[in-house]
Amino acid sequence: MAKVRVLVAKPGLDGHDRGAKVVARALRDAGFEVIYTGLRQTPEQIAEAALQEDVNVVAMSILSGAHPHLFPKVVNLLREKGMNDVLIIGGGVIPETDIPALKEAGIAEVFTPGTPTGDIVEFIKANVK
Amino acid sequence: MDIVEELLKGNRLALSRAITAIENETDEAMDIMKKLYPHTGHAFVLGITGPPGAGKSTLTDKLARAYREQGKTVGIIAIDPTSPFTGGAILGDRIRMNGLTMDEGVFIRSMGTRGSLGGLSHKTADAVKAMDAFGKDIIFVETVGVGQSEVDIVKAADTTMVVLIPGMGDDIQAIKAGILEIGDVFTINKADHDGADKLVREMNMMLDLDGLMTDWRPPIQKVIASQNEGITETIENIEKHFKYISENGILTKRRTERSKNEMLDVLHSRIGSYITNKLVETGKMDEYVEKIKARETDPYTVVSHVMKDMLK
Amino acid sequence: MSNEKIQAGLDKYNASVEKATSKFPERPNLPEQRLYTPLDIKDTDYADEIGFPGMYPYTRGVQPTMYRGRFWTMRMYAGFSTAAESNKRYRYLIESGATGLSCAFDLPTQIGYDSDDPISEGEVGKVGVAIDSLADMEVLFDQIDLGKVSTSMTINAPASVLLSMYIAVAEKQGVPADQLKGTIQNDILKEYAARGTYIFPPRPSMRLITNIFEYCSKNVPKWNTISISGYHIREAGSTASQEIAFTIADGIAYCEAAIKAGLHIDDFAGRLSFFWNAHNNVLEEVAKFRASRRVWAKVMKERFHAEKPKSMMLRVHTQTAGSMLTAQQPNNNIIRVALQTAAAVMGGTQSLHTNSRDEALALPTEESVMIALRTQQIVAYESGLADVIDPLAGSYYVEALTNKIEKEAWEYIKKIDEIGGAVAAIEKGYIQKEIQDSAYKWQMDVESGAKTIVGVNKFQIEEEPPKGLLKVDASVGVAQCKRLADMKAKRDNDAVKSALADLKKACQDENENLMPHILNAVRTYATLGEICGVMREVFGEYEAHVNL
Repeated sequence: MAKVRVLVAKPGLDGHDRGAKVVARALRDAGFEVIYTGLRQTPEQIAEAALQEDVNVVAMSILSGAHPHLFPKVVNLLREKGMNDVLIIGGGVIPETDIPALKEAGIAEVFTPGTPTGDIVEFIKANVK
Repeated sequence: MDIVEELLKGNRLALSRAITAIENETDEAMDIMKKLYPHTGHAFVLGITGPPGAGKSTLTDKLARAYREQGKTVGIIAIDPTSPFTGGAILGDRIRMNGLTMDEGVFIRSMGTRGSLGGLSHKTADAVKAMDAFGKDIIFVETVGVGQSEVDIVKAADTTMVVLIPGMGDDIQAIKAGILEIGDVFTINKADHDGADKLVREMNMMLDLDGLMTDWRPPIQKVIASQNEGITETIENIEKHFKYISENGILTKRRTERSKNEMLDVLHSRIGSYITNKLVETGKMDEYVEKIKARETDPYTVVSHVMKDMLK
Repeated sequence: MSNEKIQAGLDKYNASVEKATSKFPERPNLPEQRLYTPLDIKDTDYADEIGFPGMYPYTRGVQPTMYRGRFWTMRMYAGFSTAAESNKRYRYLIESGATGLSCAFDLPTQIGYDSDDPISEGEVGKVGVAIDSLADMEVLFDQIDLGKVSTSMTINAPASVLLSMYIAVAEKQGVPADQLKGTIQNDILKEYAARGTYIFPPRPSMRLITNIFEYCSKNVPKWNTISISGYHIREAGSTASQEIAFTIADGIAYCEAAIKAGLHIDDFAGRLSFFWNAHNNVLEEVAKFRASRRVWAKVMKERFHAEKPKSMMLRVHTQTAGSMLTAQQPNNNIIRVALQTAAAVMGGTQSLHTNSRDEALALPTEESVMIALRTQQIVAYESGLADVIDPLAGSYYVEALTNKIEKEAWEYIKKIDEIGGAVAAIEKGYIQKEIQDSAYKWQMDVESGAKTIVGVNKFQIEEEPPKGLLKVDASVGVAQCKRLADMKAKRDNDAVKSALADLKKACQDENENLMPHILNAVRTYATLGEICGVMREVFGEYEAHVNL
């Protein structure tokens, strides 16, 4: 029986993991298998962990403003590793105006502050391959 | 991608996909295992178990680093419980091994128990084989030692290490009694905490009283995994045990037993699902259940019938 | 009126309520008790528990006249991009009437990496200013008289290094260290528990902190050597009681470490300061401030046997709750901040930072910062809230709530004592787990509608994306790396090398105070990354305990 596997990751250096942890628990309660990587993960570490765990979804959270740099980097590394099907989503303090560029870069959806965790669950269910 | 071909070439994504197939029990998994089987049998398998909070993942991390320094490649399978209520799981062992992620000689895979108690040991054994065929020298299987299924998993290892910590109160009595017999090597982690020496004494007493004792007396090593203390000694203990079982024919016996169990596992699960599917397809399942419920027949008679019918 | 008479009245009232609620049910999810009377505080002894401002147990405030003397320090946390840009913002704030500076550092600085470290990529200058060496610090405080201004620095793991840089800049301005006024956050325990910018394991971290206590008590006596912070614990999702309980437990751990290192409680306790969050529930927050002062005073007197009154005073800086700002309808945040400001002022804070309306979206613009500062000024000058001391004292509800929060805090402190203190409780993941559970409950309450957040789960509207947000250009990182390379080419590299070697030796000797060695290295323009690198080599790095 297949299960949706999600890597919840904190790229970059910010230590604000309240959102990432709340999302991780909500995803677990939605029946997913969740692997949380903890703080300060480099894009390389995130991509490699995603590969070893063969996750269906990579969910990243950044609150420091480093998302324009780090999110696309993770996407590219995952593609280089042949993880073409993985659904990549992002969240955190991300201005609306940055979102088109992130989507262009391969982030399927960006969830900003105030998003109910239920929306994230529904999005994953609807879009996971 | 031809998973088997790529896996044998050393493609990590292929290994990862093979384990996914095993976990999801896809039709492809059986084919993959058939083709990988000839390439297995080379790795040393170390089971690590113990109560929650014993620091197993941190210990695994340190042991893996030590083996890497010896030039050996490492595979790690870390198993966490799936919630019986939601079916979800937080697979939280990997976070304690983050430092190993970028080492190409290490492959870590987290698995949830997924409620399939019987199937878990079987799936874990197959995941071990996939890593074995991939060429890993040492494969760690780490699991919370609380239930029978977990005990079954570690029993499939060449050497089983049981990790305990001081200060666990009365619970420890039950745990110790349950896992005493499966431990080939004991590790007392967090040995800087109060009560470590007392725990060592208690463990020794229990081993003294153990009537099943062979000539191998499980060593008890104090460790502070977070500070890398006692790791070298632990590895020596593991190696001593491996040498002992190799020289006394125990390893061969264990591996023969394992082969037999593997075959029986596959047999049971295949025959079981074959018959179940047939019963469902033909609609006989509901019919039998109704009759049993009404006391018109009984499960034993039904099964005799079914076996006569289908296993001709 | 006797208690019997009140009880009789209350019974009568309750009967009438029963009738009323059967016809008109109350709103769901309200606090358990609908009305407070003198009966709820009948066991509270005024003289012992409430008392007078500036007197033990300081429930009503730490100073005798509070804001009747002067208002709290209006201290706006700021810093972004390069030292030169931040310096401009600081001078703008001082001209606008801010009375203290508060420096925000970028994440590489907070975690002890230079801007050119590969791990710093994408982070340089983002959430604060990038400081790589004394050269940047000189620019940051250019034309700002360190003898006059008081400066608060949000820096923890490498606090010793940034404080040394500040002392060195002052030296160059001709200001002696004993004239310097300000605060370093320097609170590593809440970094482990809630904020995440730690470097070293607990033992060497506690050593660095006690080294700073000792050094400052002799050389920088007006400096607040630590700001024991509940702010981030609350931001991570804790309740009000957990915020003060976990923070005071951290405070106990610092005192114990300092005493173990041979200091006397009254030599350093007066320089300890606290940092609270001001959340939305105004009355609960006021009660929290009052309860926290009472708990700390008792801890200092009864547990540590402090004798100086100053040692028993919980002095507090406050920041309005960042996590309560909404990205939706951001102008509503102005109102939230105003209420939070009122809570902090009625709670008796010593200084306050007010958040800007756009901070759920990005760093604040100058206009937003101005509104936030004006909010404080309106509360101070127009609202009347600052005109009498501790104006909510005697409210049956606020006094009962103060008692309740105090009681809950003591229960947590007792539990943490049983685990073996705050360090052990963090290493076990106990405190983190409690915070996470509260955070998860909060989120589920918002999602179920049990809690209403205006504009988020009720009264939503379609909105255009907000315009004019502040963005830190990626070129900042490139420019900062170039500055760093230029500086390294100009400095005396032999002097740097020998200062770092000396520091390494000092690190290896547990009895050595590291401050003079760090100051020495800073003066040679050794970089933050180089200095922390030496300490990383000797001390190792902390591995987080995560237990979801």
